[in-house]
Amino acid sequence: MSPAAPTELLIATIARLLQGVGHVAVGASSPIPGAAAFLAQVLAPEAMRVTVLGSQRNNDFTDGGRELFDCAAQGRIDAFFLGGGQIDGEANVNLVGLGAYPNLDLRLPGSFGSAYLYFLVPRVILFREEHSPRVLVPKVDFISAPGVSAPEIYRPGGPQALVTGRALFNFDKAKRRFTLISVHPGETVERIKAATGFAFDLADDIGETLAPDDATLALIRGPVRDAIAEVYPRFAANLIPN
Amino acid sequence: MVNSFTMSLDTLANRVPHGAMVAVPADYSFVSMAATRALIRRGIKDLHLLAVPQSGIQADLLIGAGCVALVECAAITLGELGPAPRFTDAVKSGRVRIKDSTCPAIHAALQASEKGLPFLPSRGIIGSDLLRVRPDWTLIDNPFPPHDPLVALPALRPDIALFHAPFADRRGNVWIGRRRELMTMAHAAKTSLVTVEAIRDIDLMADEPLAAGALPALYIGAIAEAKNGAWPLGLPGFYEADEAALRTYAEAASSDTGFARYLAALMAEPHAAE
Repeated sequence: MSPAAPTELLIATIARLLQGVGHVAVGASSPIPGAAAFLAQVLAPEAMRVTVLGSQRNNDFTDGGRELFDCAAQGRIDAFFLGGGQIDGEANVNLVGLGAYPNLDLRLPGSFGSAYLYFLVPRVILFREEHSPRVLVPKVDFISAPGVSAPEIYRPGGPQALVTGRALFNFDKAKRRFTLISVHPGETVERIKAATGFAFDLADDIGETLAPDDATLALIRGPVRDAIAEVYPRFAANLIPN
Repeated sequence: MVNSFTMSLDTLANRVPHGAMVAVPADYSFVSMAATRALIRRGIKDLHLLAVPQSGIQADLLIGAGCVALVECAAITLGELGPAPRFTDAVKSGRVRIKDSTCPAIHAALQASEKGLPFLPSRGIIGSDLLRVRPDWTLIDNPFPPHDPLVALPALRPDIALFHAPFADRRGNVWIGRRRELMTMAHAAKTSLVTVEAIRDIDLMADEPLAAGALPALYIGAIAEAKNGAWPLGLPGFYEADEAALRTYAEAASSDTGFARYLAALMAEPHAAE
């Protein structure tokens, strides 16, 4: 078995964050989180439901586009993923663009369901492969969805963790700060600090992000690859085949 | 029964007035690319395009062709093929105005229209800059328990819902299966213009399993047959997207000259894709 590719490390890392989840939903433009959800599903001791937006095989909704959101508001979705052109130290995410709204310097696709699901899904995992001061900023230019809310705002959901191409952070809601948990192979805490535009706390025992073992890699390169290919054929084609 | 619903694709496209608010579904639903091309060929102008709740090549093509004044959406993207270049360019330059939204807000605002209500309240959104750039959205308090703020979303009432479907019957009933966002769009809109793969000699309302996935004719303004009418997008459950053709579009649209060539070809070969 060839060693884990960087993408496979991310898939395995996100899958670990989904342990114990009953129903995970995967939104638009999310091939790595989607693959992680399928990996978590095959590893789960109990039945785990994976809903993938855009899928025929893994999307049992029958009441239209609104059903995902209605389910989330009722507490029927346990985990979801958000990315962002920018993510800041208070876990605010920006999917709208960089610069001054509306004639932005860089226009991104838009907020999708973030402004809603971030409030209502208990375990939201932030994922962005690029880990640079350009993406991880002190303050986002546009808040598509806020990381934390005032106590009077109904908010059972919010950020749990941030996974990038270089490190894994947890989010502490009370402190409104990220904590560095582990760095991916080849990285150091100092390099992560230099690449991160916001201040964060350090866990007591920062280690290296756990690489997937051969059995996990075989799953990623087999059933997970096959499952994600339905919605993300180009992504699946670039994964290492079994 | 007199068949007053069916007409040619171009006649259907002529039913869309300049400046109309037109609701269209997301790429994962049933998109009428055939009607989109027909609208571009007839030179439609100043559309208020409502993406329910997001769009891709359809919105990008309409925007690039100069058909859109205002786009209201939760996102416009070509998905795995990257950003929607004509949308991005037009919004940055200010040629097209944008009403940034979020998916559930668009669904809920259409549901308000379904119910004939002036608004629906929504969870979430508070603390998002969307609330700042959407002065039409407003904070209200839950009238029951105190101190429970909600966002009031004014009803969205499109002039037209425009989409494709696998088939219709001759009475004007349209089968949409599980794509029930089309049901919501059609209920909320003043009328619906629908292209279909085929008009069948059946009665959808006389068949229980089919009736459960049918949009009744009472919401429908016009139906036109357009074989492969979602192309180059797929018709989920019926045919796949044409990945090569989508890639051709994405590459062409990434430059002004490439898009101009793509558009010229579309105008020159009126029915190549239908």
